[in-house]
Parts: sequence; C-alpha cells; structure tokens
Amino acid sequence: MFEGFDAIFLARLQFAFTVSFHIIFPAFSIGLASYLTVLNGLHLWTGKPVYLSLFDYWKKIFAVAFGMGVVSGITMSYQFGTNWSVFSDKTGPVLGPLMGYEVLTAFFLEAGFLGVMLFGRERVGEKLHFFATAMVGVGTLISATWILAVNSWMHTPAGYSINEVGQFVPEDWWAIVFNPSFPYRLVHMVLAAYLTTAFVVGGVGALHLLRRDIDTPGARTMFSMAMWMATLVAPIQIFAGDLHGLNTLEHQPAKIAAMEGHYDDHPDGAPLILFGLPDDDAETVRYSVEIPKLSSLILTHELDGPLRGLKSWAKDERPPAELIFWTFRVMVAIGFAMLGFGIWSLWARWRGRLYRAPWLHRAAVIMSPMGFVAVLCGWITTEVGRQPYVVYGMLKTAEAASPLAAPAVGTSLMAFIVIYTAVFGAGTYYILRLMNRPAIAIDEPVDSEGPVRAGGIMPGPSHGKDAADHA
Amino acid sequence: MPEFDLAFIWAGLIAFAVLAYVILDGFDLGVGILFPLFDKGVQRDQAMNSVAPVWDGNETWLVLGGGGLMAVFPLAYATVLPALYAPIIAMLLGLVFRGVAFEYRWRTHRARWIWDWAFFSGSLVAALAQGIALGALVQGIAIENREYVGGWWDWLTPFSMLTGAALAVGYALLGATWLNMKTTDAVRERARSFVWWAMLATLALIGIVSLWTPFIDPLYYERWFTFPTEIFSFLVPAAIVGCVWIMWQGMVRNRDAWPFLSALGIFILCYIGIGISFYPYIVPAALTIEEAAAPEASLEFLLVGAIVLVPMILGYTIYAYWVFRGKVDPESGYH
Ligand code: HDD
Ligand code: HEM
Ligand code: HEM
Repeated sequence: MFEGFDAIFLARLQFAFTVSFHIIFPAFSIGLASYLTVLNGLHLWTGKPVYLSLFDYWKKIFAVAFGMGVVSGITMSYQFGTNWSVFSDKTGPVLGPLMGYEVLTAFFLEAGFLGVMLFGRERVGEKLHFFATAMVGVGTLISATWILAVNSWMHTPAGYSINEVGQFVPEDWWAIVFNPSFPYRLVHMVLAAYLTTAFVVGGVGALHLLRRDIDTPGARTMFSMAMWMATLVAPIQIFAGDLHGLNTLEHQPAKIAAMEGHYDDHPDGAPLILFGLPDDDAETVRYSVEIPKLSSLILTHELDGPLRGLKSWAKDERPPAELIFWTFRVMVAIGFAMLGFGIWSLWARWRGRLYRAPWLHRAAVIMSPMGFVAVLCGWITTEVGRQPYVVYGMLKTAEAASPLAAPAVGTSLMAFIVIYTAVFGAGTYYILRLMNRPAIAIDEPVDSEGPVRAGGIMPGPSHGKDAADHA
Repeated sequence: MPEFDLAFIWAGLIAFAVLAYVILDGFDLGVGILFPLFDKGVQRDQAMNSVAPVWDGNETWLVLGGGGLMAVFPLAYATVLPALYAPIIAMLLGLVFRGVAFEYRWRTHRARWIWDWAFFSGSLVAALAQGIALGALVQGIAIENREYVGGWWDWLTPFSMLTGAALAVGYALLGATWLNMKTTDAVRERARSFVWWAMLATLALIGIVSLWTPFIDPLYYERWFTFPTEIFSFLVPAAIVGCVWIMWQGMVRNRDAWPFLSALGIFILCYIGIGISFYPYIVPAALTIEEAAAPEASLEFLLVGAIVLVPMILGYTIYAYWVFRGKVDPESGYH
C-alpha cells in the first residue's frame, strides 16, 4: 500500500496519525478532570446529591477517555526516538528535561491519584477523595503546560546555543520554557480543552433533555453548567486566538501568509480572503471572495498595514497553503459558531426556557463533537504551517528522521492505523454508550414512565438493563 | 570533574527508573500473562481488580525511563530506539491493547472475551518485546557517527528470543506471587499452583541466559571471571538461591507476602548482574555513559527537580498502594 513513498514521508504520516489520535483524548480529559473536580467540590460544599451523581456519571466516561490518552501518549514519548532519532539527539538536551519534568510533575501525579479517585471514595473518605480528584485535574494542566512549552520551543526556539556536534545546548532555561509563542499557545490550548469538554457535556445534557425518558435533574444541571462555560469561554477563546495569530505573524510570517492565502506581497493593505481555492503551483487563490484591507486591519490593526506574501520566500521554504488555508478557516468558523451558540443559550436562559428549547438542544447535540474538529484543525494549521522545519528556522523535518528503511516504517504505520482504529473506535463506542445512560441521583427517581431503558438508540444486549454499567 | 559525576548520578537514576518499571509493571503484566488460565467471570474480575488501581502508575515509570533517557542520554535514546524499532513498536501496541482492556472489559458483556484476550495478548507481547529488546542490547548494536547503522532485523537472534521468553516467564512469576498475596479462595489456589511452575521455569531460563552471556562478548567474560567483579559471579547466584528458599518457605507456611517479595529480590539481583556487566557502557561496547550524556546544564536542571520530586512520587505511590492494601474483596465491583 505504501510502495513508492520514502521513509521520511511515512514517518511524518505516522507521527501525524498517532499525535492526532493522542490530542483528542487529552483535549477531553483536561477539561473533564477540571469539571469532575468542580462537581466533587460542589458536592462537598452543598451536599446536594445531584453533584455526586453527575460526578459518578462523568467519572466512568473519564476513566475510558483517560485510559486511551495514556496509552496513546506512551506511544508518543517513544516515537521521538524510534522515528525522529536525529531530532532526539539534537534537541534532547533542551527538550528532554522539559518532558522529564512533565513526567515527574504531571504524569506521576495523575497516575498516583487516579486509582484513589476512581476506586477509593469509600476507602479514604470524602475530603481526601476530593483532594485526589483535584490532583488529577491539576496534573492534566501541568502536563499541558510542559508539553506545550516543548512544542512552542520547536516553533519559536530561544535560550540555546549549538555545540560542536550540532546539538542544541541550553543556555537559559527561563527563555527556553517561556519562549515567545508559549504563553499564547498554552492559553489557547487549555481554553480549547475547556470548550471542547463544555460542548460534549452540553451535548449529552441536551440529548437527555430531548428524550423525556431520561430527562433528569442531572441532565438539567449538566446542560446549564456546560452552557455557562461555553458562553463565557468562547469569546475569550476568540480573543486569545487573535493574539496568538499576531504573535505568529511576528515569528512565523510565512505561516500567516499561507493561512491567509496571500501569495503576493501587499505593501499597502491586504484583503481578507473569506473563501477560495489556493493553488500552490500557480501561486494564486482561485474563486476568491475578498474583503479589501480587512486582513491588514486584523493583523496589523491598520488599514494600510503591509503584509508579506508567500512569493517572498523561496519555494522550498514555504508551507503548503492548500491545506492550512482551510484548516484555519474551519477552526475559526467553529469558534464563531460556538460564540453564537453561547449567545443563543444565554437568551434562552434569560427567557427561562433553557430546558424547554428543543431547537437549542438539537443544535447542542450537533455542536458536541465540534471542539475536537477545531482542535485538530488548529493543530494541523500550526504544525503544517511550520514546515519545512521541525525546529523553526534551524532543523528541517527531512533532516530530523531516523535512518530507517521504508518497509519498516510502512509496516509500523499500517499496524498503528489498524490497531488505533479498532481500539479507539471501540472506546469511542463505549463512551457514546455511557453517555446514553440517564444521570440519576441516588434518591431522585425519574418520573415514572416505565423502566429506564438505557439501551436507547444503541442496539445491543444492554437493552432494558444498563448491563455494562453494573459489572 | 563535575560533568563526570552528574552523568553517573543520572545513569543510576535512569537505572532505578527502569528497575522500578520492571518490577512494578512486571507484576501487572504477569497477571495479564496468566489471565486466560483463570476461569471467566469472578476469578478474572478478582485478578484484574487486584492491579486496576495501580497499573497506570506502574507504567509511568516506563515513560520516565524513556523520557529521562532522551533528556540525559539523548545519544543513547537516538541510537537504541531505531535499532530496536520492531520490538519497541510491538511493545507500544501491546501496551495499548492491555491498557484499554482495564476499562473496556467492564463496558460490555458480549465482547468481554475480546478484551480479556486483548489483556492477555497485549501483556504477553509487551513482555516478550521487552525481553527481546534487552537481549538485543546485551548483544550490542552498531553505531557510527552518532547514528544506528545496522538493519531493521538485527535484533532477531536466538539469544534475544531466549531473553524474551525469560522475561515473560519471570513476569509470570511476579504476577503469580502477586495474586497469591492479594487474592483469596479459588484465585489464590490457582495462583499458587502457577508459582511453582513459574519459579522452576524462571530459574532454568536465568541459568541458561547466565551461562550464555559471558560468551557473547569478551567484555562480559572479563567482568564475570576476573577479580574483583567475579566476586559478584558468586554472590548474585548465592543470593538468588536464598530468595528461592524464602519463596518456598512462604509458600509452604502460607506467608502470602514472602513469595512476592522474594520474586522481587530475584529480579533485583538479576538486574544488578546486568548492571555490573554493562558498566561503564550504556550501549555495550559502543557508547559509554560519558559519551552519551547530555551537556551539564541539562543534567543539572533536571537533577534539581528529580531530587525534590522523586521522593514525593515515591511517597504518594506508597500511599496509593497503602489505600488498596490487603486482599482484594471478591464481592466489590468495579468503580
Ligand atoms: C476548541 C478549539 C479551538 C477553537 C474554537 C479555536 N481554536 Fe485556534 N487553535 C486551537 C483550538 C481552537 C488549538 C488546538 O489549541 C491550536 C492548535 C495549536 C495551538 O497552539 O492551538 C490552535 C491554533 C490557532 C492558531 C495558530 C497558532 C500558530 O501559529 O501556531 C491561530 C492563529 C488560532 N488558533 C486562532 C484562532 C481564532 C482566531 C479562533 C476563533 C475565531 C480560534 N483559533 C478558535
Ligand atoms: C496534538 C495535536 C497535534 C496534531 C494534530 C499535530 C499534527 C501534525 C501534523 C499534521 C504534522 C505533519 C506536518 C507536515 O508534515 O506537513 C506534524 C508534525 C510534527 N509535529 Fe505535530 N501535531 C500535534 C501536536 C504536536 C506536539 C504537541 C508536538 C511536540 C511535542 C508535535 C511535534 C511534531 C513534530 C516533531 C513534527 C515533525 C514531524 C513531521 O513534520 O511530520 N506535534 N504534526
Ligand atoms: C498539545 C499536545 C499535548 C497535550 C496537551 C498533552 C496532554 C496530555 C495529558 C493531559 C495527558 C494525561 C491525560 C490523559 O492521558 O488523557 C497526556 C498523556 C500523555 N501524553 Fe500527552 N499531550 C500532548 C502531546 C503529547 C506529545 C507530543 C507527547 C509525546 C512526547 C505526549 C506524551 C504523553 C504521554 C507519555 C502520556 C501518558 C502519561 C501517563 O502515563 O500517565 N503528549 N498528555
């Protein structure tokens, strides 16, 4: 299947494939771990059973997602060595310690307290159990911080020198960690994780509200909480994304030119291309719909601000605009859709119809996976826009790979594709099935309309009795 | 020579992380390897529940070993992993399978057998791959100009097959003794019968590997049969015999923790044996600890954190084990 491709191309495909799978799970578990901490805290504070039942409800889902995040993450940490050995040798002295700190400060913390969080409530008591949950949540955030410092350094390297064997050598750790793009990327990613989770939680709540048989106080609470989150965070995310883009303009102008679809230089104000088909060979955007000067206004805050186009870089120094022009637009469109959705929910809330607005609920169900799409599109924009470099301006991707034979990488890539699709496909199915259960608190039965049928729209033996859940 | 010292401190710390991984994940991989030998239903549930709260923490030591290697010995990381490409990828995929099985098998009735099978086969593949990787490393890998220069099948030799089998059987011994310690009734009875077999097989395989190793490279021969290191050639086997005796006593006198602790002892002793043979190389006969070490600034920066954080990690890891101390309650379900 992969004959005719070189080992480097296959290695890139494999990295992109495995990291794309990986990021989906952390994006969800970062948000969910914080949400579980809030639920656990609210239960401790108010003593209301609904928070505890929501905690137990999302805890099961979290456990599955977290497991998938861990196993896909372990793969990542070894892939630097197996497939990008030159990269590892050269950047190891700078990036290795950051990832080492990630393991020491985050992964152990999560893993150490995860068992207590999932299994230990009866054994350690409520307060310690809350503490364990909070530690897992903090762990996910610390983890995101370190790994984004690593990734950002690859985009905007700083604080290093180069030694006689060509390795990057640390000179100033502060400058390495707080490299120019790190604060923006961290904020944007953590907000993305929160938004993604808010829309998943909101979508599940809405699904339950739409189906009267599983419309419970739990469903209402989760829907309401998620809508607050979405309403508040979506505008902040757009603001943060704008700042992130300005920062990228400063450090990686070629990436911005590709995202914007600008091939020509615009010394006196660039148009915003809303849509169109970029063509890298012809160096033009076909069928473009443009708003004059708007791009300059957004990026330089002046109508006549000058912007460079891709043509001012040599052809082999340009990222491919054909892909990231689109991924960027998909992400931004989803961002604005989330903002609009938040406003809609605010309006429904103000009118007192938050729980009786079927169209809002239907829209919430449709929106629920969109955070993941935005996260993936955002990452593709960032990573592909960095090409042809893996350490921007310093180390080309093609020079960073391991000396492996193409059949070796082709075989492993095939194995990853087959196994990831099967394993994470099954996991996603189980998560969806868990989401289809009603969220009932211990002493608040659902209005009795016959037995609860958690099997719902999913066929299978769990019909009537939520079999898997009681194992 | 401060650089010299830091590199050796780090070699010790990485060795510790790898050892912690081997003995901790060793027992839960071992439980996976023995898994199909238990009856479906309650027996398997009990076996799995005995490791469910701790497996994630156990596996994190593997991430520390790998990530730490990249940080402090980047050249070793960048040459060993491509050389062992196939076994490493196999190990990762094996860990994917068994890792997800912990949650998945509780989420379905109809397909539970699939995840039981995934738990077993993933554990077995991971164990074999780790053993093969070790054997291939002992045999040495071809490095020139900071790059691996061998082929992608070099790791496959009779010796590495043998070490693969030895490690898998050794993990089974750890798993069996763990279950003997943590479970009751039928599961414990069955685990006890496995302890005997696994102990015999482990000893036999350790014996063969030990007789073979000195003839692989003059380096090892010299280590094993010249003064002063030859002292260890007597001490280590003697201590292993001591461990076996304790295990045997624990079994016949129903001291359920003893066999597990002595199995840990056997692993630690073998590990010390390997360490003595390798020193001062990190990749035998090709890269020394000093050659592979990262610049001093990297070693220092991470060491500061490790000194503070590793004791804390050990602290809360012990706490997590303490919370789940004692025998697994066969009645209690999953979370
Ligand atoms: C829910 C997820 C989500 C949403 C709604 C948005 N983004 Fe985003 N975006 C991400 C999730 C994300 C991300 C996954 O977090 C990325 C990928 C890499 C990164 O640093 O953040 C990203 C990258 C990213 C970049 C590339 C940065 C670089 O050059 O490295 C820019 C310029 C923006 N975003 C801008 C925006 C704007 C203007 C948005 C709204 C209108 C927006 N994003 C919505
Ligand atoms: C998490 C979501 C991520 C996604 C979806 C993603 C996606 C991608 C894609 C599509 C490429 C290929 C670019 C190309 O070849 O044109 C790539 C390259 C790369 N990314 Fe990311 N990336 C993500 C995160 C990260 C992170 C966090 C790191 C580092 C810690 C990273 C490191 C790399 C490296 C080393 C490459 C170079 C290899 C290559 O170019 O294929 N990525 N990524
Ligand atoms: C932006 C990109 C990334 C983010 C935000 C991120 C975040 C996280 C988080 C929060 C976890 C723990 C929660 C979970 O398992 O779901 C995790 C797991 C993991 N990640 Fe990532 N990660 C990213 C990319 C990467 C990359 C590129 C690597 C490779 C070096 C990596 C290595 C790991 C490992 C090894 C684990 C398993 C940890 C364990 O054993 O507990 N991650 N990641």
